[in-house]
Amino acid sequence: MGTFFTSRLFFVSLALVVIAATLPLYVSGYVLGLLTVAFYFGVFAMAWDLLFGFAGEVNFGPTFLIGVGAYTAGILNAQYGWSVYLCIVLGALASVIAGLVLALPALRVRGPYFGLTTLVAVLMLQNFIVVFADLTGGEIGLTIPDVITINAGANYWIALGFMTISAAILYGLSQSPVGLVLQASGQDPVQAGALGFNIVKHKLAAFIVSAFFSGLSGALLVFYFGTASVGTVVDVAVGVNVIVAAVLGGRRTVLGAALGAIFLIVAGEFLRPTGELATFIVSAVALLVVLFFPGGFLGAALSREARS
Amino acid sequence: MQAFQILIDGFAISALYALGATGFTLIFGVSGVLNLSHGAIMVAAAVAAWAAASVLGVGTYAGALIGVAVALIAAFATYFAVVKPIQDSRRIPNEEKEIFVLTGTLLWGIMIQELIAYFFTNNAKTVLPIVQGVVDVLGVRTPKNEIFTAIVCCLVIALLWLLVNRTRTGKAVLAASMNPRGVTLLGLELTNIYVVVWAIYGILAGIAGVLLGMFLGVSSYSVGPLTASAFSIVVLGGLGSVSGSLIAAFVVGYLETLTAYLVSPAYRTIPALLLLVFVMYIRPQGLLGRR
Repeated sequence: MGTFFTSRLFFVSLALVVIAATLPLYVSGYVLGLLTVAFYFGVFAMAWDLLFGFAGEVNFGPTFLIGVGAYTAGILNAQYGWSVYLCIVLGALASVIAGLVLALPALRVRGPYFGLTTLVAVLMLQNFIVVFADLTGGEIGLTIPDVITINAGANYWIALGFMTISAAILYGLSQSPVGLVLQASGQDPVQAGALGFNIVKHKLAAFIVSAFFSGLSGALLVFYFGTASVGTVVDVAVGVNVIVAAVLGGRRTVLGAALGAIFLIVAGEFLRPTGELATFIVSAVALLVVLFFPGGFLGAALSREARS
Repeated sequence: MQAFQILIDGFAISALYALGATGFTLIFGVSGVLNLSHGAIMVAAAVAAWAAASVLGVGTYAGALIGVAVALIAAFATYFAVVKPIQDSRRIPNEEKEIFVLTGTLLWGIMIQELIAYFFTNNAKTVLPIVQGVVDVLGVRTPKNEIFTAIVCCLVIALLWLLVNRTRTGKAVLAASMNPRGVTLLGLELTNIYVVVWAIYGILAGIAGVLLGMFLGVSSYSVGPLTASAFSIVVLGGLGSVSGSLIAAFVVGYLETLTAYLVSPAYRTIPALLLLVFVMYIRPQGLLGRR
């Protein structure tokens, strides 16, 4: 039965991607731009879900990993003029290294302590960006001379392709034996350890994968925006959005996290006419989902399917 | 001269941090709830006190009382509308309730923050102090309000200590923090204890918020940093340990004041954050934490 649902999920996802791929043929550049950002956000949320949903670790600092990737790529391009693609690769690499440095102490502690360590990492990164303003552009942000392309359609396709490939890898990983061990260690670390699995090694691997995709996505986003700023890639508020997106879409589903992110970004845009109340409404909706549909969008859809 | 200044300023800010973190750690100690709407509740209290005193003109004392009352209501709303439904939910697996409480209170805090921003704008508000003027302490010109803040913080914390250690209700709260199931076996209703704790929390957060509003001023932007600082102090001291968070508050408060005076205000928070990381590395359960 399990494979039946996965295959159904697979066909639905495939259909969605195919339909999404045709969008540049008939929608405006404005909508494409919105979705491009949403797709990069989707990768942030999926990477976060791999760590939380499967390893059971609440990472309050997704923007630490995103920010390191984004700023490394941005600084190398803006200050040293290195080529865009090299910068993107190095950004992702820097994020992996930063993830390792963060994960080694953080994984020794659990629950709220882990959450705080990751939160502190974000606050420190934020402080350092402001203090080293010469290099990072400080509070104003860093202007990046190069972009991948200025064509809205091409940017959209890059983002869609990137999200689809990331989703396939992250989802595949979550369903693999490694993912199952992670899930087991998230739910009952003592028992999983007693079964002979090296939990710390598995969690470290999850952290590194999460860091890689977060950093890569952050670097790509920087070359789409043409700027890097604390408010767009480092701020705690951005991290909150990532977490809300993942919980909203359905934790432990990976694909749901992407749906949640797209929903958040698009809903925020639709609510723009309400001015300052937009964030209030989105948060209220998210809270209602958390309280009444704890499985999230995809969780609710899948459980309905399972019942029928 | 400067040493006294650091001593005095550091004491006031530390006492305020201590009061702000005490309620937060009390709730965690008793019910395991990390309330991420903490900063929003403090700001709501300060803004209510400001609005009552400056816009409605009810006077500083009534304004401060209204501020505390608003925090009390907000604390109850947090418990009954967000925390309790998640704790009672049968659809959320037990091992995930913690993350749901975190996410739920975080969203709730954002909602309060956005409402404040909508009705009162993002501008910083300074609550009119109850006592004004300046006195000379050890050769340092110190605002009376600063001394008032320190005294009130110490008094409230002392009162809380008496309440917890000397009254029947306090002992029930203490017992619940040690063994929740044991308390129910004694015939006490856990929910009642939680309601009492949230009431104490609301009052503490309210007083801290109003004092902060008088001392440094607040805006809706203060919400995140306030929650983060309470969270770090509480973790540094050891989650659930009230005395640990008192010590941690003074360590962080003085470290920040020292940095601000001797190095630069721009670096103010960095040493405290580094210390936090260092302590977590060698002693993950915090200074006085229990595991």
